[in-house]
Amino acid sequence: MNVAPYVRYELLRTFRNRRFVILAFGFPLVLYVLIAAPNRHRHDLASSGLSAPLYFMVGMLAFGTMNAMLSAGTRIAAERSTGWNRQLRITPLAPRLYFRTKVLTGYAMSAVTIALLYAAGSVLGVRLSAGNWLHMTLLILVALIPFAALGILLGHLLSADSIGPALGGTTALFAFLGGAWFPITGHGFLHAIAQLLPSYWLVQAAHVGVGGSGWGTEGWAILVAWAAGATILARRAYVRDTKKV
Amino acid sequence: MRGIDVAIETGETVALLGPNGAGKSTTIDMLLGLQPPDAGSATLFGSHPQDAVASGRIGGMLQTGSLLRDLTVRELVTMMASLYPRPLDVDEVIGLTGIGEIAERMTQRLSGGETQRARFAIALVSNPDLLVLDEPTVAMDVESRRAFWATMREFAAEGRTVLFATHYLDEADEFADRVILMAHGRVVADGSPTEVKAMVGARRVRATLPEPDLEALATLPGVTHAEARGESVNLSCSDSDEAIRAFLARFPEARDIEISGADLEDAFLELTTGEGSR
Repeated sequence: MNVAPYVRYELLRTFRNRRFVILAFGFPLVLYVLIAAPNRHRHDLASSGLSAPLYFMVGMLAFGTMNAMLSAGTRIAAERSTGWNRQLRITPLAPRLYFRTKVLTGYAMSAVTIALLYAAGSVLGVRLSAGNWLHMTLLILVALIPFAALGILLGHLLSADSIGPALGGTTALFAFLGGAWFPITGHGFLHAIAQLLPSYWLVQAAHVGVGGSGWGTEGWAILVAWAAGATILARRAYVRDTKKV
Repeated sequence: MRGIDVAIETGETVALLGPNGAGKSTTIDMLLGLQPPDAGSATLFGSHPQDAVASGRIGGMLQTGSLLRDLTVRELVTMMASLYPRPLDVDEVIGLTGIGEIAERMTQRLSGGETQRARFAIALVSNPDLLVLDEPTVAMDVESRRAFWATMREFAAEGRTVLFATHYLDEADEFADRVILMAHGRVVADGSPTEVKAMVGARRVRATLPEPDLEALATLPGVTHAEARGESVNLSCSDSDEAIRAFLARFPEARDIEISGADLEDAFLELTTGEGSR
């Protein structure tokens, strides 16, 4: 059995959906350019020592990739609403391959988001050392694992009608509490909550680009816990999800 | 579902016949492992439905649903073929199912009937030992329907097993060697199409008859059941030719005579009300 065509066409069809692609890639990009371009000559944003284009690029990387990963949920909910999920269930497609393909698609979307934001950043004068770029990108890719599983989980739990608002809210909340928009500092209640979220560590990963040090043990532990929990729940949701929607 | 007990042998072409709500789709769901039975079990090729499905020996076409969008029909058939251990050649299947002219079209641009034909191609490309089809000809026009059944015949002639659900008595009669009649979640008849047709009354005779004698009407040759509402009588017939001759000979005063195909829903109700299962 050569499953390559299955994976290939799943990827191809995702990128063929023009409206989806424009929104998924265009939104973070336009938002970034709108915020960063007018401030591109500010080299010391809010006395952080960082240029505005760099600071906003890093925040948008966390937000954009998170969006790209979670958008798997939107596509899954749409497939379920047309009954395609049931059609797949009567094929020998193994859950493992189904998950791998969905995750791979999410990563492909994230990779394009990262590339676009990097490109826009460099046009606006962002310069980073190769080592920093690489370190940041690798950490971001790792921190996206829980979001891959969460996207699949929500896609199998929610209907095509409800997933839009649900994902919008989830992403906004994750981005806000994770500190993608503005830093969550101090040691108050909000900070304690923020540190328990995968988005906080995703933002920390992106902050490697602005001189952050990545994660310690705590970050790894929380990300592993989210990834494991969401994967188990997503698998369960998938296995149970054989009914007509 | 109220408990059904049916065994299907290799090579049979079996129709699951019944009106909407009879439990056909539920039966097929349980057979394909999409829904576990509350009690009892379903086995396919001697194993659990999910294992049989995983082995790639089952090809299925479900009743509802559209296709995966943003792919051409050919791409989708190729994609699905890659999930099976020994799929048929994609071009061969496209030819066999007569979807050549829509093969390069995006799946979201197909009409209802075209979608059904593409779904049939997906079921067929798996090269299954057992093909399960839930109301496959719904939304197909007459021509597609004929082409569909011609392909099915060829396929079944290769010694494969076919199970299809339908609410058209004609389809069951013409294409199955065995008909399982379902109503209200149970099997009410199981036999050759001729046997089942005789049971449900393949034809119906309606006429106006002053002061109808129900008992006399019900015992006419070819009549399985008679009912009357005022002067309007309604005869369910296993053999309408014989019934109409006897009817006219006995009741020459009858008028407004109409002969029509049996209304299955009515026939099923008749069959099942006797058992007190309404």
